[in-house]
Amino acid sequence: MGFTKDHLLARLQELQIDYSKYEHPPVLTVEEQAKYVSSSEGTLSKNLFLKDKKNRYYIVSAMVDTKVDMKVLSQRLGLGKGGIRMAPEEALTELLQVSLGCVTPFAVINESARDVSLLLDQKFMNQTRCIFHPLSNDVSISLNTSGLDKFLQSIERDPVYVDLEANPVVGKDQPPDLAVYVPSNSVVVPELPNKTASIQTPSKNVSAEKTKPAAASAKPSKPAGNVKSAVENSALLVFKDPEKFVEEILDKTSALLLSEMKVENVEALTETLRKRLAPQFTNLAVMYKNKAYSEGFYAGTHSQPKRPQ
Amino acid sequence: MEVDKKEEIASETSSEQVVNPWEVSAKDGGRIDYDKLIDQFGCQRLDESLIARVERLTSRKAHVFLRRGVFFAHRDFNEVLDAYEGGDKFYLYTGRGPSSEALHLGHLIPFMFTKYLQEAFKVPLVIQLTDDEKCMWKNLSVEESQRLARENAKDIIACGFDVTKTFIFSDFDYVGGAFYKNMVKVAKCVTLNKAMGIFGFSGEDHIGKLSFPPVQAVPSFPSSFPHLFPGMDMLRCLIPCAIDQDPYFRMTRDVAPRLGYSKPALIESTFFPALQAKNGKMSASDPNSAIYVTDTAKDIKNKINRYAFSGGQDSIEKHREIGANLEVDIPVKYLSFFLEDDAELEHIKKEYGEGRMLTGEVKKRLTEVLTEMVERHRMARAAVTDQMVDAFMAVRPLPNMFE
Repeated sequence: MGFTKDHLLARLQELQIDYSKYEHPPVLTVEEQAKYVSSSEGTLSKNLFLKDKKNRYYIVSAMVDTKVDMKVLSQRLGLGKGGIRMAPEEALTELLQVSLGCVTPFAVINESARDVSLLLDQKFMNQTRCIFHPLSNDVSISLNTSGLDKFLQSIERDPVYVDLEANPVVGKDQPPDLAVYVPSNSVVVPELPNKTASIQTPSKNVSAEKTKPAAASAKPSKPAGNVKSAVENSALLVFKDPEKFVEEILDKTSALLLSEMKVENVEALTETLRKRLAPQFTNLAVMYKNKAYSEGFYAGTHSQPKRPQ
Repeated sequence: MEVDKKEEIASETSSEQVVNPWEVSAKDGGRIDYDKLIDQFGCQRLDESLIARVERLTSRKAHVFLRRGVFFAHRDFNEVLDAYEGGDKFYLYTGRGPSSEALHLGHLIPFMFTKYLQEAFKVPLVIQLTDDEKCMWKNLSVEESQRLARENAKDIIACGFDVTKTFIFSDFDYVGGAFYKNMVKVAKCVTLNKAMGIFGFSGEDHIGKLSFPPVQAVPSFPSSFPHLFPGMDMLRCLIPCAIDQDPYFRMTRDVAPRLGYSKPALIESTFFPALQAKNGKMSASDPNSAIYVTDTAKDIKNKINRYAFSGGQDSIEKHREIGANLEVDIPVKYLSFFLEDDAELEHIKKEYGEGRMLTGEVKKRLTEVLTEMVERHRMARAAVTDQMVDAFMAVRPLPNMFE
């Protein structure tokens, strides 16, 4: 459910943010990008997606010739000397929902990136226009920092500009000056699940489905995740197993009966039961029927002996 | 004969409302004027007497969307009912353009209603997934649009369609044979100028777009599905859809008699409003404008509390005095779509409108209703396997489709 470049550009237009758009073949590096977008259009940016040891993520967006020293940055964030490194590709896809070579401040428009801290090069503020990818690396847009600020404010983020080349002393009496920008929440990005559900058992589909929406906000609960899909598996049996099917119907009916016991009139009670339960049970029955049919259909279409090629 | 209405398509126009398959926006930032739309399009209001007739013919209470005016307009629905009463059946045709994986509640509405129609009238259904359209209009790759079509098919199946009466097909897979023959017949009847007038195409649009409308038109003709309706060329078709699809079917109805086919009937719905109530309809481009079928209970609660536009007053005192503005209040609007119990809805409207109930309470009830719905959908969705999708999409006869 990530934003696409068209969504983003539509949003910028809605916010009446002035920008210029340049389309070009997909580019993975700043050098390549520079071939297609000239410096007269604006200043190019390099964008780093970083991660610390506690699973907190950062986008650092800087002018190409700004020197970003990772050791210094790590210290200024209060993470010690080697506390920060490039984030892995899965995090790029899961949290920023962009492809390789496409890190951009605009990625924070995605809900999945809400805990990602965005640090912008102070030197952008002196430029007429700066160039970023609008969520896709076959397009670049140039805009003024006031436009970028307006965009960030529209998604309830305060723009943070930092002197990335500064190297202040960090010590006992000099607290790390960027520590305040460390995200308060860490994010667990699971390894890329195998989504090619070609062999069909309900369990495979359930777990493949579950990881996608849950990824960005999952706390370290991987074991719990597995237990959950096991519970869902047995819940799905209700669509396949006649006994579970009947059990489900009797359970729901008894529950409703007990909760409505205070009703004096038995006829009224049965009316209520019908009204409340009929739609639910019809859905249950239809799905049961569909499952039986599908399995029969599969068996039927696969029952011919293999013919020699 | 249909009067050929010339629409002002697209841009110039924030002074006129725009409703076509690719753009929906209200006049001057207000709300869509449905009466004007019915007038402009030339279709008819679905009135109480028609609803009563449906209840009589199906021996059951009309679907909540009919009772609340969600499906509010039609073309020839009464003729279809006449034929049905006389023993002549019909089939249903609806579809989806699979442009995104994420479906929101607005997307489900035509399917929920179609499912009711299938059950109530005991008729078969064809569902078209226009993967080719999205490939062209949204510039998706062929593979991606096909993949999305299959994913969307799962959510559609989860709405509760009966596999013994339902055929789902994707254009990339199915176009050809009898279907394509009908496409060519339809295409021969529509000049370039006419297509440009109806759909707003211009010299800048690629020819793929120009040749698409027949694809969406021909499922209205039973001869497009020889495996389903052999020898039933006069079988009538009823199309439940949102009213922005009307242009396709005006064109189809215009062409049908020239091909010796019956005109398809339509039953049309309003748009499902966005959470923040900005004019127009829910948009898949803004995740917070909609409740998605993948949202958790927590997401739903948050979205409703934070983004649902409230018609309540600024202060409690003022609210108790004047009451809520029900015209603009989104939670009440949503409840009118999804809260089954007419009496409860009336009660809420009365109490809230007169200031005795507060926004928080209405939002809470809405959260309950939507959470239950989304949960049920998710459960059903989890039971849909690729095998089941294959079965729904197989080109096979449906021997018991009218039972």
